[in-house]
Amino acid sequence: MPNRTEALEKPAVAVRRSASLWGDAWRRLIRNRLAVVGGVLVVTFFSLAILGPFIAPYEYQAQHLQEILANNNRPIAPFGSEFFLGTDNLGRDLLSRLLDGAQISMTVALVVQAVVLLIGLPIGAAAAWFGGRVDTYLMRFTDVIYAFPDLLFIILLSVAFRETFFGKAMNGLLLVFVAIGLTAWVGMARLVRGQLLSLKETEFVEAARAIGVSDFRIVTRHLLPNAMGPMIVAVTLGIPGAILAEATLAFIGIGAQAPRASWGSLVANGQPFLRSSPHLVIFPALAVATALISFTFLGDGLRDALDPKLKGKQ
Amino acid sequence: MTAAATDPATPARQIGETLIDVDRLKVHFPILSGIFQRESGRVRAVDDISFEIRKGETLGLVGESGCGKSTTGRAVIRLRNPTAGTVRFDGHDLMDLSRGELRKMRRRMQIIFQDPYSSLNPRMTVGSIISEPLETHDLAAGKARIERVRELLALVGLNPNYTDRYPHEFSGGQRQRIGVARALAVEPEFIVCDEPISALDVSIQAQVLNLLVELREKFGLTYLFIAHDLSVVRHISDRVAVMYLGKLVELGPPSAIYDAPGHPYTRALLSAVPIPDPKAERRRKRVILTGDVPSPANPPDGCRFHPRCWLYERLGRPEQCRTEDPELRTVATDHRAACHFAEEALQSDIGVAHMATDKVRHGTPQSATAGLAAEHAAEASAAAAALDDSGTGSPNEPSAEV
Repeated sequence: MPNRTEALEKPAVAVRRSASLWGDAWRRLIRNRLAVVGGVLVVTFFSLAILGPFIAPYEYQAQHLQEILANNNRPIAPFGSEFFLGTDNLGRDLLSRLLDGAQISMTVALVVQAVVLLIGLPIGAAAAWFGGRVDTYLMRFTDVIYAFPDLLFIILLSVAFRETFFGKAMNGLLLVFVAIGLTAWVGMARLVRGQLLSLKETEFVEAARAIGVSDFRIVTRHLLPNAMGPMIVAVTLGIPGAILAEATLAFIGIGAQAPRASWGSLVANGQPFLRSSPHLVIFPALAVATALISFTFLGDGLRDALDPKLKGKQ
Repeated sequence: MTAAATDPATPARQIGETLIDVDRLKVHFPILSGIFQRESGRVRAVDDISFEIRKGETLGLVGESGCGKSTTGRAVIRLRNPTAGTVRFDGHDLMDLSRGELRKMRRRMQIIFQDPYSSLNPRMTVGSIISEPLETHDLAAGKARIERVRELLALVGLNPNYTDRYPHEFSGGQRQRIGVARALAVEPEFIVCDEPISALDVSIQAQVLNLLVELREKFGLTYLFIAHDLSVVRHISDRVAVMYLGKLVELGPPSAIYDAPGHPYTRALLSAVPIPDPKAERRRKRVILTGDVPSPANPPDGCRFHPRCWLYERLGRPEQCRTEDPELRTVATDHRAACHFAEEALQSDIGVAHMATDKVRHGTPQSATAGLAAEHAAEASAAAAALDDSGTGSPNEPSAEV
């Protein structure tokens, strides 16, 4: 009976470098062209947001009145002058304002998802780990938040806290970010709960309990690393929603205060000039759309790369 | 499989006093309903069972899916908290232990799981999977730990250089060996084998089974071997317990359980095992159970098996079966059955295979005779060994066939 030969079958393989699941996922990700495009664009957006103030040709709030007067008091068209993307009706360089807006949008991406993780992760994890009554109450609370109209909730929060220190932090933006996060954590809580519930019942967790591993280590070493994939995907795919929510709010005048402008308020400000100077709407809208698509491509690619069920299909 | 494997009753093994004593163990799962999660019923997965496992012994536990085998296995090492009853491990009541004491006790008892795919954390390397128990119990650190992991891998027949690999790089059989290595890392005395080979390819099953037998000899391990494959259990066990719907219905040495079962359910189970011999297959009497296993949330009154019992029908539906839950009682030496009419069941010949009397012969008549003679001698010595193990031995030893 060939009892112990399994190990000796392929001695040559021992030399090969071992592939972790993360390594495998990375390889699948970079083989996915759309995901790579999305990833490159995402990196570009973040770099632009960080480097914006240094590479912007002008200050975002600087008005170039001379040039505007020379142009019959109308917005300067793009590609024709020293202002690459033209100016608005007040003579402010659109490119510089877009770069500043990138900073706002990318901060939204990070802060909102941080709030989502900060609230959704512990609530979902607690519901799954303790189960029973704790689970019921936490999940019913989650349902209530889920049922509440998001935009109304954000507007109420923004109005209620506008005059407080919190409302004034970061030019009024922090409040908007947190408000968006407060409505968006629901999905994360449900996802984490579902993931941990199924992982809690797996035999490797039971094996760890049989060994006597502490609860804390079971959560940190066994549960969370295995729930990480879907969470990364959810965070990435949640970013476009957050950017869009911020743009929507800015469009209706909540959030960034003049002279600062996020992409949403740039669209809103450009709207009256839509016929004469469409570039004031087109470029910010393009920026929003590109950001949304690149995060979505990256998120989709991550999901395909991290989902073990798709493994081997590509 | 039977021919290739080591003889279970090797005289080198010593079966000593009781290591695990399970007393009136119950594991019920509440059925919660409504938004306030009120209990509207309970699944009686394990309902009032008692048995003991002796030091160095392998107790086989068989039964249909959903009869509570795995729950019993988990409750015995307190991976599930029982609803009622006690489990004593080497005299210590596991239910009384504090968290710290229980953690220490975990070193002495381990479990091997059925599914080699879900029992290993896919995000950890084999090295960290096997060293986790060493870390948890401070058994080895630094270089010694790495050395110990390599040693354990070699022990279960894997290449010691595989420590940096991830579970998905291994086959099912190899993964099961990793699971065995993890269980052995703490040098346990007792291992619950929860269907350790059911999920494996048939060609690998014998290898893993032999590994378990080898390790048992080497370290004097005690096993609770859970399976639904009757022939595997017969091969590895010193005693076999049969479960039906959360109850223990029969408990005894394999010779008794397989050749002269005292419970109609055991006979029905044996009927379902195919015999690789058409003549014997044609000659034996079988019963086919009708109907489904009743829900453990709402078990039948009296004997739980009575709605499907052929003996109940044959005896003219005695009232006792419907009203009185039969106790597990001794029907022969070291052989217990939970049936009011175990004596009638013992006398029946339903389900039992009469293989030994009708061996298929190959080769020349001389060689066949020689082979048979050798087999008979081996069987006689095995029977003698079994007699030693179980005291005086039961009247149902396979000697009748020799």
